[in-house]
Amino acid sequence: MIGIQNLTKISDHEWEIPQSFRADMRVPVRIFATQVLLEQIMDDKSLEQAVNAATLPGLVGSVVIMPDMHQGYGFPIGAVAATEFPQGVVSPGGIGYDINCGIRLLASDIEYEAALPHLDALATLLNTYCPSGVGVEGVMRVNIPELERVLREGSRWALKNGYATEADIARTEEGGCLDGANSAKVSDRAKQRGRQQIGSVGAGNHFVEVDLVESVLDPETATIFGLHQGCLAVQIHCGSRGLGHQVCTDYVQELQAAVRHYGIELPDRELVCAPMDSPEGQAYLGAMRAAANFAFANRQILAHSAQRAFEQVFAGKLKGWELRQVYDIAHNMGKIETHEVDGERVKVCVHRKGATRAFGPGSPDLPPEYQSTGQPVLVPGSMGTASWVLAGTEMSMARSFGSCCHGAGRTMSRAKAKHDVRGDELRREMEGRGIRVRAGSMSGLAEEAPKAYKDVDEVVETVCAAEIARKVARLRPVAVVKG
Amino acid sequence: MGFEEIAHTADWALRVWADDLEKLFVEAARGMYALSGAQPALSEVEGQAEGAALNLSKGPKVKRTFEAEAQDAESLLVAFLSELVYAVEQEQLMFTSFQVGMSECSAGWRLEVEMAGAPIVSINKAIKAVTYHNLQIQQTARGYEVEIVFDV
Repeated sequence: MIGIQNLTKISDHEWEIPQSFRADMRVPVRIFATQVLLEQIMDDKSLEQAVNAATLPGLVGSVVIMPDMHQGYGFPIGAVAATEFPQGVVSPGGIGYDINCGIRLLASDIEYEAALPHLDALATLLNTYCPSGVGVEGVMRVNIPELERVLREGSRWALKNGYATEADIARTEEGGCLDGANSAKVSDRAKQRGRQQIGSVGAGNHFVEVDLVESVLDPETATIFGLHQGCLAVQIHCGSRGLGHQVCTDYVQELQAAVRHYGIELPDRELVCAPMDSPEGQAYLGAMRAAANFAFANRQILAHSAQRAFEQVFAGKLKGWELRQVYDIAHNMGKIETHEVDGERVKVCVHRKGATRAFGPGSPDLPPEYQSTGQPVLVPGSMGTASWVLAGTEMSMARSFGSCCHGAGRTMSRAKAKHDVRGDELRREMEGRGIRVRAGSMSGLAEEAPKAYKDVDEVVETVCAAEIARKVARLRPVAVVKG
Repeated sequence: MGFEEIAHTADWALRVWADDLEKLFVEAARGMYALSGAQPALSEVEGQAEGAALNLSKGPKVKRTFEAEAQDAESLLVAFLSELVYAVEQEQLMFTSFQVGMSECSAGWRLEVEMAGAPIVSINKAIKAVTYHNLQIQQTARGYEVEIVFDV
């Protein structure tokens, strides 16, 4: 058990578990958290899992842990780990089952006050057009050759088929398509799971949400992002659905043999990995990128569906009902990037598991309009509380491999949340606060109750105090659609 | 033999125990289904329960065979449960009876399962994946015991 006495305090919001803590650690663990946030996760296994992650071969710098951290499997959620390319390892469990789970934020010029009479209709229509829930199919079903095009092309497939604009693509991480995707390395079973799920939200903590831009903290950056105080915005949170889960399942299984073959010793079998330049590592990277592209296309189709709902509700009634993409970012992904480590530029595979990319100003990967601001960093809060739009900084490049937190982070198990919270009461309480709720399952709603999560404001204060991001705007939900 | 839900901050976890490995696999399947909302008595009283989170159709039974080989029993357990996850998501099928056979083979262990079940009429919770997190089948006073973490 790791206690606060095992941690070295660097500042009020940064801590370290030194490499000397356990003999099998290859790098230290750096944690961005206040003491309060740290104490909240001392009961679960987050820190032990972070130490386990620090044993992977080829790690550079530190394993970085975000303040929204919580217990996962293999890696903790909220972890960033960079392994040297190409001899370091890639770990499917360090990226997660929901490959390229992420957030897309759309902005509008629709004023909340003017939209108010139409929000019930909007919530209902979003619920119709953005299907969610267990076993629910997406808005389209494609054949296998078409699915393979989705896996290769990601958002570009959506563009070719009229579901995206060039502006959407430019404002998506990696242009909505990871190079090196190899659909031949995605199993038939994964493809079968994916072919009917394009344009679906899924279940669990995934959602489509209409928000009000409640406050703007950096007006200049908010304007560049297209966010206006008092106007509506839309967040879409989902990933690669069954396809990504099957890819991860397949490779966690397959790489069990690889670790024996390459003589890699691990404290947890979920951390299985293979050198990036090995056949096994290459196969996983190809499949993982294909699944990531599927997720980019999925969110793109959902954005198109959301736009349809907005058009149907607001066209002819209000001006400026079009939705504009602010950004789309992944928070479960592995990417080959170049970062400065100990004064040298090093090519690494950055595993982000429940952490978002947060590139600072001047990064060549950002579209021209975001060169001066840094990339939008989207931090959805727990359902019914608040979400934040931040911007990446130079410091995030230096301290966290250009990464930041991805949400509020759970503190309570689903079982306890279900026990403590009644879904129908929570729904009434949310409706009483002006949040329209369209949920397929009341117990699913209860599991996502705000009290099961940390305070998103405190998480955001922490990353901003650590200077790995800066505040741009705070959003408040007005309609939530979930499975 | 039996199963119980254990605390996990974000996902679902089960502790399962049984006298032998074969029964452990069956109990793990029943436990996983229970997390999806199946009633504990699902195997005895098939069909629709009023207000239940999960309902199976009363139609004729669907029969399947699952076979796998792996270096260790843990890998077979993940493969078996992953097969059931796939059947729920892709074919809307849930199995209520299992005949499990385990034997040694050149690869390590061989698993053969004959199972029978029925189409799901309604379900509102799903396991998305079965993890290897700290997965270790251990021999204890209760026979064989294992903790399994699921992605939801």
